[in-house]
Amino acid sequence: MADRIDLTLTVNGADHRVSVPPFARLLDVLREDLRLTGTKEGCGEGECGACTVLLNGQVVNSCLVPAVQAQGAVVVTVEGLADGERLSSLQAAFLAHNGAQCGFCTPGMLLSATDLINRCPNPSDDQIRDGLAGNLCRCTGYAKILDAVHTAAADTGAPR
Amino acid sequence: MRGYLPDFDVHVPASLGEALDLMAQRPGIFTPLAGGTDLMVVYNAGRLKPTCFLDLSRLAELRGIEEDATSLCFGALTTFTELRECRAVHQHFPNLVKSARATGALAIQNRGTLAGNIANASPAADTPPSLLAYGAELELVSPRGLRRVAYDQFHRGYKSMDLAADELLTRILVPKPAGRGFHYFRKVGTRQAQAISKTCLAAYARIEEGCVAELRIGLGSVAPAPVRARNAEAALLGQPLASLPVAAAREALLADMSPIDDIRATAHYRSVVTRNLLGQMLRELASL
Amino acid sequence: MIGASSPRKEGRAKVLGTAIYTDDKFMPGALHGLTVRSEVPRGILRAIHFGEGIPWGEFTLVTAADIPGTNLVASVVDDQPFLIGIGEEITHSQQAVLLLAHADRHLAEKARRAVRLEIEELPAVLDIQSSLDLQPLIYGADNLLKEIRIAKGDPDPVWAQAAHVIEGEYRTGAQEQMYIEPNAMLSVVEPKNGVLQVTVWGSLQCPYYVHGALKQLFGLPEKQVRVVAMEMGGAFGGKEDYPSVNGGHAALLAWKSAKPVRLIYDREEDLACTTKRHPSRTRLRTAFAEDGTLLALEADFILDGGAYATLSPVVLSRGAVHAASVYRCPHVRIHARAVATNTPPPGAFRGFGAPQSLFAMERHMDICARKLGLDAVELRRKNFLRMGDTMATGQVIREDLDLAGLMDRALTAIGYRDKRAAFALTNPEDGPIKRGVGFSVFMHGCGFTGNGESHVASVAGVEGLADGTVAVLAASTEMGQGKNTVFAQIVAEALQLPVDLVDTAPVDTDRVPNSGPTVASRSTMMVGRILEDAAIGFKQALVQQDFLAEPYTPETFQAAVAKAVATLGSLRCYGQYHRPPGLQWNDVTYQGDAYPTYSWACYAAEVAVDLDTCEVKVADFVAVQEVGRVVNPTLAAGQIEGGVAQGIGWGLWEEVTMQRGRMINNQMTNYIIPTSVDLPRIQVIFLENAHAGGPGGAKGIGELPMDGPAPAVVNALENALGTLRLDEVPMTPDRLLERCEEVTHG
Ligand SMILES: Cc1cc2nc3c(=O)[nH]c(=O)nc-3n(C[C@H](O)[C@H](O)[C@H](O)COP(=O)(O)OP(=O)(O)OC[C@H]3O[C@@H](n4cnc5c(N)ncnc54)[C@H](O)[C@@H]3O)c2cc1C
Ligand code: FES
Ligand code: FES
Repeated sequence: MADRIDLTLTVNGADHRVSVPPFARLLDVLREDLRLTGTKEGCGEGECGACTVLLNGQVVNSCLVPAVQAQGAVVVTVEGLADGERLSSLQAAFLAHNGAQCGFCTPGMLLSATDLINRCPNPSDDQIRDGLAGNLCRCTGYAKILDAVHTAAADTGAPR
Repeated sequence: MRGYLPDFDVHVPASLGEALDLMAQRPGIFTPLAGGTDLMVVYNAGRLKPTCFLDLSRLAELRGIEEDATSLCFGALTTFTELRECRAVHQHFPNLVKSARATGALAIQNRGTLAGNIANASPAADTPPSLLAYGAELELVSPRGLRRVAYDQFHRGYKSMDLAADELLTRILVPKPAGRGFHYFRKVGTRQAQAISKTCLAAYARIEEGCVAELRIGLGSVAPAPVRARNAEAALLGQPLASLPVAAAREALLADMSPIDDIRATAHYRSVVTRNLLGQMLRELASL
Repeated sequence: MIGASSPRKEGRAKVLGTAIYTDDKFMPGALHGLTVRSEVPRGILRAIHFGEGIPWGEFTLVTAADIPGTNLVASVVDDQPFLIGIGEEITHSQQAVLLLAHADRHLAEKARRAVRLEIEELPAVLDIQSSLDLQPLIYGADNLLKEIRIAKGDPDPVWAQAAHVIEGEYRTGAQEQMYIEPNAMLSVVEPKNGVLQVTVWGSLQCPYYVHGALKQLFGLPEKQVRVVAMEMGGAFGGKEDYPSVNGGHAALLAWKSAKPVRLIYDREEDLACTTKRHPSRTRLRTAFAEDGTLLALEADFILDGGAYATLSPVVLSRGAVHAASVYRCPHVRIHARAVATNTPPPGAFRGFGAPQSLFAMERHMDICARKLGLDAVELRRKNFLRMGDTMATGQVIREDLDLAGLMDRALTAIGYRDKRAAFALTNPEDGPIKRGVGFSVFMHGCGFTGNGESHVASVAGVEGLADGTVAVLAASTEMGQGKNTVFAQIVAEALQLPVDLVDTAPVDTDRVPNSGPTVASRSTMMVGRILEDAAIGFKQALVQQDFLAEPYTPETFQAAVAKAVATLGSLRCYGQYHRPPGLQWNDVTYQGDAYPTYSWACYAAEVAVDLDTCEVKVADFVAVQEVGRVVNPTLAAGQIEGGVAQGIGWGLWEEVTMQRGRMINNQMTNYIIPTSVDLPRIQVIFLENAHAGGPGGAKGIGELPMDGPAPAVVNALENALGTLRLDEVPMTPDRLLERCEEVTHG
C-alpha cells in the first residue's frame, strides 16, 4: 500500500500543496484536487492531447505524468492563459476564427499553440501542423485552427 | 484510469548510487521509471502488475549529451526533444534526428527518453533501427559494476533483453561515422504523425572508392525486437554503387524478417513494404 | 445577422476552459459507476460471480432484476434491454450485465475486474452474409431488422434491351465517431415533494430521447424525469441514441444507491461498446443506352445492424432513398435490408446511411464511365437530375437545380482537366509517387426522411427575460456545430435585433420544449424555421399587448420586453412544425417527397500515392455545395471542413477491426483518425440558392460533407493507379497493396 505524498506545485502562478497517492496522474490532481477542470481527458493514453499542460515550460500529456514527477513543478493550464478578463491573443484568435467548435480539444490545443508561438514566433503551416500533431481535433479538420495560430502569431510577433 | 493506485509505490533516489543500492537491497522489486510515456499508458489501462517504481527522472548523472572526438554519449534520460535540438546529433546522426521527430508528437518527445525507448523493448520503437545502423553501444550499471554491450547483441527476443533485474541502462554511446557516409531513415506508420511504426528501416553506409565499404541496416516492427538486417547487409557489402545487387538484397532481406499480422498491419504488408524501403534506400545510395 | 459570421456564443467559455462538460460538473459525495459487460458475442447468462478481495458490501450493484419499470430502451423498436438478466440471452459482446458503483473509482475498477460471468455460449452471427444465410437465426423470423423496397417504373424489361448493363459490388466499413469527449452521464434520483425525481445530466444530443427512455425504464410520468444537456465535446451522431442506454444505467445506480452517480466512460470502453457507422454492402446493376443515358438502376443495399434494431430502420431508410443519388433514371428498384448480427448495435453517425449508398453509386459511375469508354464528367452531366425530373421515390425536383454548374465549379477549382493531363504524362515515369484527381457528385436530404418531422411535431419558442433580452427555447443541443449562435442569429434577424440581445436557454427538459432531436441536419432548417415563427409571434404579442410600438430600436425593444416580463411575470411564445403544403409521403410504398429539400454538392480530391508503401496523401480538396442561404459562413465552413476530414478518414484510414464480435483496436493509438499533418487545406465554396423552407432560405449542412469525400478520394486513386478493384473503404495501405497485387499477379 503506497503512502500518500505531499505534493507542492505552482499552477498558473498559485502555489498548491495537496496530499495525493504518488502515482495519481497530474491530470487528476488538476481536475479533482485543484478542481481545474479546463484540462480534459479524451483518452488516458497520450494520444489525443486534450490533457496537454505546460510542465516546467514544456508541453506534456498530463495523463502520462505521475504526481511524483510533478513535485515542485510549475504548471500552466488553460485557466492560466487569460489575463483576468483579457483573452490571450491565441484565445482571441481561436474565438474569432471558430478554432474551437465543440471545444473539447481546445484547452490542449491552446497550450500546444502557446508553446509553439513561444518557440517559433512566426510559424509556417507545416510548423504549426507539426507543433499540433499531438492534439487531435475531430470537429474542425484543423483549418480554422491553423488560421487562428497564424493570426495570433502575427499579433504576438509585433514588437512589444 | 484503470490502474489501482494503492498497488503502486515509488522511490525517488537522489543519486545513481542510491538507486543502485535500492535495487541491490531488494532485487527484482523495482520498475525503473523515466519519462513514463510507455509505463503510464499500460498503468492507465489497468494492465500493469502492481510494482514499486524507481523514479530515475531526477538523476542528474543520467542526463546530458557528451561529445568527444570519436563518439557521442547520450545519458539514459536524453529526450527525443533533446535529440532533435542537438547540433552534434544533426551533424553526425541525421537518422537519430529523424527517429526522434517521427516519435509520437511533441508532448511525447518532451518526456520520452532514449533509454526508455530501448528498454521498453518494443519491436516498433523508432530510435533502435537508427542506433543499430550507427553501431551503438549500451552502458549498463549494477551494484556489481559497469559493463558495455553492443546494442545489436542487447535484444534477445520479444521483450527479452541482456539486462539484469538489478541493472540500469545509464548511457548510450554512438561512434561518429568517419569518411564518406550515407544515411537513410524511413518510418512507415499508421499515419503521418503520432503513429506507431508498421515498419521502419534505418541504414548507414560508408562509401570507399565507389563501393559499399561498411553497412549497417536496422529494422523495426518486422521481428520480435529491433534487428540488424545482416543478410541484406552481406549481400551489399563490398558492392559497387554503380551496380548494386538490388534484387539479391531484397531477397536476402526476407531472411532478416519474421513479421507478424497485428492490429496495425499484416505480415505481408510489412514484408513487402520493408523490401520496398530497402529498394528506395538503394536507389538513393546508387545515386550518391 | 443571417449571413454574418457572428462569433460562437459559447466560444469565450470554451477558450477560457470554463465551459462545463459533463465530467467537469462537481457533485459532492458522488459514486463512480462502472459497467460489467459480456465478452461473448452470444450465449445464455447463467450466473454472476463476485470475486474475492473486494468489499462487495460497500458497493451499489444493479442487475436486470432491480429494474423498476420496463427493461427495454425506448427507440424506434423497443427491443434492446438495459441489462441482461440471469437465464436471458446475451446477443453481443458488449452487453451490459451488471452495474456497480463505489465512492473510490480505483476500487470500482478493481471490482469490475473481479466479477466473472458464467455464460453458456451459443453460435453467433458475425457478418452480413451469415446473417442473410440464417447461419444461425438470431432475430425474428428472418434476421431482418428492417426491409424497404422502392420502385419506379420497371427495370426488368430494360436489362435485355439496353446497350450496356454494368454490375458492381461495394463495401464500406464501420466508422467510429471519435468525438474527443467520451460518453458521460451524471444522475441524481431522489424524492422531491414526496415523489421520485429522476435527473440526468449528460453529454447527449437528444434530451427528449433520454427523457423518454428514463420514463419507460422507471415507469414514471413526464414530470418526474428531467434531462439536462451539458456542454458537449463532439457527438456526430454518436450521442444520439446511445445516451438512452448509459443515461438509464447512471439513473439506475443513482436510484439504487440514493446518491449522485457519475458514469464516465474511458476511451477503451467508449470505443468497444458505443455505436458506430453501419458497415454496408451494396450491389448495383445499371443499364445504359449507347450514348451513356442511364436507363435502369437496381440496388441491393444491406446494412449490418448489429444485435438490436436501435436506429437501423431509419438509417436504412435514408441510405435507401439516397441509393439512386443525383441521377435521372426512369426505372429504379431499390431493395434495402438491415440485417441482425451478434455485434454491438451501430447507430447514428453523420450522414446516417447516405454515405454508404452514395459511396457505391459514385464509385459505380466512374467504373461505368470507364467501361462505356466515356468521360466520367460527361457521363454524369448527361444523367443529372434537373428541375421537373422525378427521383426514385417519385419526388419531383421543384427547384432550379444545376448540378452540372456545381460540378464544373468544383472541377475548375481543383484544376481537374489540367491535372488529369499532367498526371497522364508523369505517372508512367519511374518513381513510386503516382498522382490522381477524382470527384463525386451527391446530395443530402434535409431533415428527417418522409413523415419524420410530422411525427415529432417539434415545438420551439422564445422567451423574454427580465433584463429585456430574449432567450431561445429549444431542446436542440450544441455539439460544436454552432446551434447556439445560428439560432440566436435567426431569432435576431426575425426580430431585427443585434445578435447580442439573443441567447439560448440551457437545454433542460424542465425548461425547453421538445424541438426534436439534434440530428439529420435539421436544426437550422427545421427548428430555425419554427423559431422564426415563434419570434414573429413574440413580437406581435408585444405589439398587441401595447408593450411595443413599431418601428422600434433595439433599445426600445429591450425596454418593452423588460416591461412585459415585469408586468406579466413571463412572456413566451412557441411555434410548431407544420408540414409545408404540397409535401406528400407514404411510409408503406416509400413514394412521395422523401425530404422537403436537398443540399447538393460536388467534391473533388487530388491524391498522391506512394507505391512503395501504398500510403495515400490527399494533396488538395475542393468542396463545392449548394446549401441554400448560409446563416453563418465561418461556422458553416467549419462544418464542411470537419465533415470532409471525417470523410477522408473513413475513406483511407479509419477501420474498426473486429474479432469474435468485439472491436479489438479500441484505443486511440490503433483507431486512426487524421492529425493536423494528415489533411490538406480544404477549399470550401458555397453556391447560394435561397430555399423557401428554412429560415431566410437555409438548408441542412451538417451531414452533407460526410457523403462525398470517400468516393472522391477513391475515384482519384483509380485515376492515379489505373484499374484496380477499388470497391471498398477504408482503402487502407494494406488493402491497397492487396489490390495492386491482384493486378500484378493476375
Ligand atoms: C502517444 C504515444 C506515442 C508514442 N509514439 C512512439 C513512436 O512513434 N515511436 C516510438 O518509438 N515510441 C513511441 N511511444 C513510446 C514511448 O514514448 C517511447 O518508447 C519512449 O522512449 C519511452 O521512454 P520513457 O522514458 O517515457 O519510458 P518509461 O515509460 O519511463 O519506461 C519504459 C520502459 O523502460 C524501462 N526503463 C526506462 N529507463 C530505463 C533505464 N535507464 N534503465 C533500465 N530500464 C529503463 C522502464 O522500466 C520501462 O520498462 C509513444 C508513446 C505514446 C504514449
Ligand atoms: S487524455 Fe491525455 S492524451 Fe488523451
Ligand atoms: S473542436 Fe471539437 S475536437 Fe476540436
